[in-house]
Amino acid sequence: MIVYGQTIEKRAFEAATGWTFKPEGACKAETCIPLPFPTDTDALPAIALADAMNLPLVEEPRMNALAIGPDSLGGRALSSAKAPELCLPDLDGKQHRLSDFLGQKIIVYAWAPY
Amino acid sequence: MSVWRALRDEVHHLGVELITVGLDSLGSRGCRAAIEAAAPTHPALIDTHHDLARLFGVVNIPQSIWIDEAGMIVRPVTSAPPPPVVDTGAPAGPPPDLPPRMMAIMGEAAHIESDPARYHAALQDWIHRGADSPHALSPEAVIARAGPQSAERALGHAHFELACEAVVHDQKAIAVEHFQAAHRLVPDSWTYRRQAWSLETVAAAGPFERFWQGPHPDHPEQWPYQGDWLTDIRAEGPANYYQPWKA
Repeated sequence: MIVYGQTIEKRAFEAATGWTFKPEGACKAETCIPLPFPTDTDALPAIALADAMNLPLVEEPRMNALAIGPDSLGGRALSSAKAPELCLPDLDGKQHRLSDFLGQKIIVYAWAPY
Repeated sequence: MSVWRALRDEVHHLGVELITVGLDSLGSRGCRAAIEAAAPTHPALIDTHHDLARLFGVVNIPQSIWIDEAGMIVRPVTSAPPPPVVDTGAPAGPPPDLPPRMMAIMGEAAHIESDPARYHAALQDWIHRGADSPHALSPEAVIARAGPQSAERALGHAHFELACEAVVHDQKAIAVEHFQAAHRLVPDSWTYRRQAWSLETVAAAGPFERFWQGPHPDHPEQWPYQGDWLTDIRAEGPANYYQPWKA
């Protein structure tokens, strides 16, 4: 996920990555990673978080931005068969969540105009 | 896009929703024409930063993911050819006045192998039989069949997301650097390559400018990437462009 500045919004991180913050650390499925800073705030230190969770981080000072990549637990693109949340806009800018469509079978088709 | 709308309209009454996701760092500017032409009845979403690659492992298009009513993936990323085409009797082949590169591209593309009949038979079986379909995989099989992930690939995804963010902010030189890193770290992703190549438009290609995806004929030295569509498809073989359907 893209971060501007030095802190990352906790809820946005959870929504984008599937990790959740609990008293024992950052947790996903059966895995919990202890964190060396308190997580009872809305904003967390981005670089320290990526470092503690061993997530890839790319800094781009020309944009005052950084990108935190996904985890690589288990060595597969999916660490669980539960579909990760996906939140994307349509042409009108209306946001749609994959979870909005639960209760039906869902077929997601990736395409590109190039 | 229109073929996906037709499929959605055919199966929606069976409790199926189809969601199309356009992967393009140009966002709605890049996707609008195709979406509006199809006038979809389904959610047609736009993925400016290729979240589908990072979250699900999409590496080419068209690819699909099947998800059951409870939100469990039953087929991870799979090549998803459009439904078999009905022969209309229309003349086949490219228009005769295409630039030579576009003719060559279409020539290679003609040798890309896919099996739409098999894919759509499996899809219809799952739609009608749900968990009883042999094409609905167990959670363990879904994970095992998901694409590879590694620290290097994860770093490549971060570079790619940053490249897309740079495109959004018209920082092309920065975007190119991060696209280059992503291509090196996620070498099997055609979408990562094609996304970057498609932004190097060549006016000579006319309406196909985003499909040129290679050096400018008059200034090949300015091409910023190691590969291009024609070079890479010839090196990898058009028969290997799509992963074959796995039972």
